[in-house]
Amino acid sequence: MKVVVCVKQIPDPADPGELDPDSKTLRRDVKLILDESDSYGVEMALQLVDTAGEGEVHLVSMVPNNEVSGLRTALAMGAAGASLISDECLAGSDALGTAKVLAKAIAAQEPDLVLTATESSDGYTGTVPVQIAELLGLPSVTFAKEIEIDGSTAKVKRQTEAGYDDVECPLPAVVSVTAGVVEPRYPSFKGIMAAKNKPVEELTVEALGIDAGEVGWAGSRQDIVEITAAPVREAGEIIEDEGDAHERIVAFLDELKVL
Amino acid sequence: MTDYRTPLADIRFTLRNIVDFDALTGLEGFAHAEPDLVDGLLDEAARFFEQVVAPTNRDGDTVGSRRNDDGSVTAAPGLKEAYRLYVEAGWGGVGFPEEYGGGNFPWTLSIAIQEMLTSANMAFSLCPLLTQGAIDALIHHGSEIQREIYLEKMISGEWSGTMNLTESQAGSDVGALATKAVPRGDGTWSITGQKIFITWGEHDMADNIIHLVLARTPDSPPGTKGISLFLVPKFLVDDDGGLGERNDVSCVSIEHKLGIHASPTCVMSYGDNEGAIGWMIGEENAGMRAMFTMMNMARLSVGLEGLAVSERAYQQALAYAHERRQGRAPGAPKGVSSPIVDHPDIQRTLLDMKSCIDAMRGLCYRNAEALDHAGHGIDDDDRRRGAQLAALLTPLSKAWCTDLGVELTNESVQVHGGMGYIEEAGVAQHLRDVRITPIYEGTNGIQAIDLVGRKLPLDGGAVVRAHLDSIGVTLADLDGIDELASVAGHLAAALDATTKATEWLLEVGSSNPLDGLAGAADYLAMLASTTGGQILADAALAARESGDADLARNKALLARFFAAHRLARVPGLRAGVESGIDDLALGRAGILAG
Ligand SMILES: Cc1cc2nc3c(=O)[nH]c(=O)nc-3n(C[C@H](O)[C@H](O)[C@H](O)COP(=O)(O)OP(=O)(O)OC[C@H]3O[C@@H](n4cnc5c(N)ncnc54)[C@H](O)[C@@H]3O)c2cc1C
Ligand SMILES: Cc1cc2nc3c(=O)[nH]c(=O)nc-3n(C[C@H](O)[C@H](O)[C@H](O)COP(=O)(O)OP(=O)(O)OC[C@H]3O[C@@H](n4cnc5c(N)ncnc54)[C@H](O)[C@@H]3O)c2cc1C
Repeated sequence: MKVVVCVKQIPDPADPGELDPDSKTLRRDVKLILDESDSYGVEMALQLVDTAGEGEVHLVSMVPNNEVSGLRTALAMGAAGASLISDECLAGSDALGTAKVLAKAIAAQEPDLVLTATESSDGYTGTVPVQIAELLGLPSVTFAKEIEIDGSTAKVKRQTEAGYDDVECPLPAVVSVTAGVVEPRYPSFKGIMAAKNKPVEELTVEALGIDAGEVGWAGSRQDIVEITAAPVREAGEIIEDEGDAHERIVAFLDELKVL
Repeated sequence: MTDYRTPLADIRFTLRNIVDFDALTGLEGFAHAEPDLVDGLLDEAARFFEQVVAPTNRDGDTVGSRRNDDGSVTAAPGLKEAYRLYVEAGWGGVGFPEEYGGGNFPWTLSIAIQEMLTSANMAFSLCPLLTQGAIDALIHHGSEIQREIYLEKMISGEWSGTMNLTESQAGSDVGALATKAVPRGDGTWSITGQKIFITWGEHDMADNIIHLVLARTPDSPPGTKGISLFLVPKFLVDDDGGLGERNDVSCVSIEHKLGIHASPTCVMSYGDNEGAIGWMIGEENAGMRAMFTMMNMARLSVGLEGLAVSERAYQQALAYAHERRQGRAPGAPKGVSSPIVDHPDIQRTLLDMKSCIDAMRGLCYRNAEALDHAGHGIDDDDRRRGAQLAALLTPLSKAWCTDLGVELTNESVQVHGGMGYIEEAGVAQHLRDVRITPIYEGTNGIQAIDLVGRKLPLDGGAVVRAHLDSIGVTLADLDGIDELASVAGHLAAALDATTKATEWLLEVGSSNPLDGLAGAADYLAMLASTTGGQILADAALAARESGDADLARNKALLARFFAAHRLARVPGLRAGVESGIDDLALGRAGILAG
């Protein structure tokens, strides 16, 4: 079984750098790391291959520079290889542009299953997974908390507000994995050493047969009109229980109209 | 309270510029330690220790590890799981030989990773640290069978190790120990006696605990010449490596301590019932020699504790200094209170911490680099010089970094004001934790004696003179650089005073050793501070070459700060070094007569 996992490499959230006032996007000329959201997909994929007893996990990542440190993390966790689409013309891609590129690179791998996160930690649109599925003409299942492979069928527990739905679809399929549903392993130092020798295939937009005008700033149909600073979080109100805490909490929630 | 953030930029800078890491990769067996791979290891280690180990530090302190009525010890909350992940990731094996499952990386890289482990949770770090000491003793002195049976599991961390030297009457004077070993007739030994203060002597994190125990065989000569080293596993090990019966060794109590509450400090009793079964490591009566092999590494690791805990205390102090508003800083608008970081005295305190931390890191890493050359040098000469430099630097790393550890964590408390004294702030813990470091692994008093009595006379003084010469080389490199002129001035004065004190000690050391002992501690401070000044000057010089203007400015200012505040004091220490024994003897006869 071959599982392709999309992994996005993002600026370290603990040290995210700055927004570029011109493009109104995050500057990405800093060191990029594996998006934590994607570590769940990687872990899930490794477990599925383990359970299947055969196959491998392959990573696909798109970046504007040729950063590999996030890929190395996922390779050190146990993925077998990676495709890195790195091309200057990709800078400024919107979600659909990204999905087009990823879809081509994924198709080249002929996977049985494609995993993504439900949304990235920086861009956060949550639209890429379904776009990939649509572009590849594959079934899309979102918000997976558990995946079981049964022959050529994926059985997915799909998280909902009330609990979960049992969903089945034929393979290959694109499934997005909810953050936190598995415990991503930490790479062992031997894994890190082994990752050094694992193949990372670097691809250009041209090599994928994509017209550079369709991606990057050139192809982006999204226009970021304005960016404003998030309001500073106000200090919360601490309700000390003097026997009436439950009533005061209910009153508080009532006021917010969340009840 | 602040989470621990690995100072990766500083660690990398030290590995590249203070240590010659490229040269290390040229040594035998280290070719695989390429920059990319080393970077990857540092990144992932940092993530691991920040996310898995650092969060256990507070509960480790407030709850601590506990002894249960049946003699078992339950590690502080979260530690068992953290240890399991540590073993799974294999971080303990990075610097050990490949044939036993290690990564065979330079010890200098292990030290960098160990810094992260120790900053994350010093009390927890002691378990891998003691294991490391036991591994080192086995690698160098164990029989082939012993190495086959134990090393792989200990290097992976599945089994932990302990070092059992201390008894109630035998602390600094190891030669006074009385634990007995009697042959059982089948090649094994029966061990009886009680050891105290045994770090991680009993716990529930590892499947087995391999105790290395110093004991006396029948009719052995008195003192250190009659001590042998024994391996005493908690569970006996079958020939196929499986765990057998429980050995007759138990933890009879654990100590209530000032700090490192998560590290159980055990009274260990050997042979209360049928006799504990032990295997001799190395030759009979050669136990102290085995101890000396691992001592360099262990003492460096303890010095590193001073650095690592200071780093965490500094991060906390810096964050607090930005949060806490109090008073109006010079030039601040009226009616607004300033963050305390705007007050010059707080700036001075924080820069003192930061400059000392950089100097300590440089010293510890250079010490490790010397150990790498000693073990893997390109030729006999390289190995000999490495061993000699390591011998000289080890007491400096151990004593100077741990004394500074106490001083700097104390400064962190001071930056926090009243909150510093309140346990909830979490900063007093660092001061309490680090306070053990000047005591164990040879007190700092013993380190000073070691420096003056054993290390200065090496090669008739040639080793220390070569080190002083290397400081002279740095001094020459500073020539003509305006922004480092004050560094050059203070370093020259410190070097001159230290050189004179060194020559004085070399001379009186042989004619009147008591005079040497009287000035030993001051001398250690002199030599270490001057070496620290050299390191920060080297850093400033390297940063100038880097083309990174911010880096160059920062490293230059740290070198100047250290020069003015620490190096400048060095000449003043000389009087203490050369004051001789007379007043001490008078004091002993009078004021201290008791
Ligand atoms: C509001 C907004 C802000 C943005 N901010 C920035 C910015 O600051 N800087 C900037 O350069 N771009 C920015 N973008 C563009 C955005 O990063 C790209 O469109 C991105 O490649 C896909 O969008 P997403 O991250 O929201 O994907 P999502 O749909 O949230 O991603 C879901 C999953 O798809 C997969 N995936 C997504 N992108 C990749 C990839 N590149 N490689 C591999 N797998 C991937 C991952 O598994 C990911 O978790 C922004 C877009 C929007 C709408
Ligand atoms: C938390 C903790 C963990 C420990 N872990 C271990 C462990 O795992 N294994 C182990 O074997 N031991 C361990 N020890 C023991 C530790 O190494 C000893 O406490 C230390 O060596 C000092 O010995 P002592 O306590 O007997 O002090 P003493 O030797 O009584 O020293 C008292 C003072 O006298 C000074 N002094 C002693 N002799 C001389 C001398 N010749 N010249 C000048 N000054 C001298 C010392 O510097 C010190 O200031 C641990 C101790 C503690 C507190």
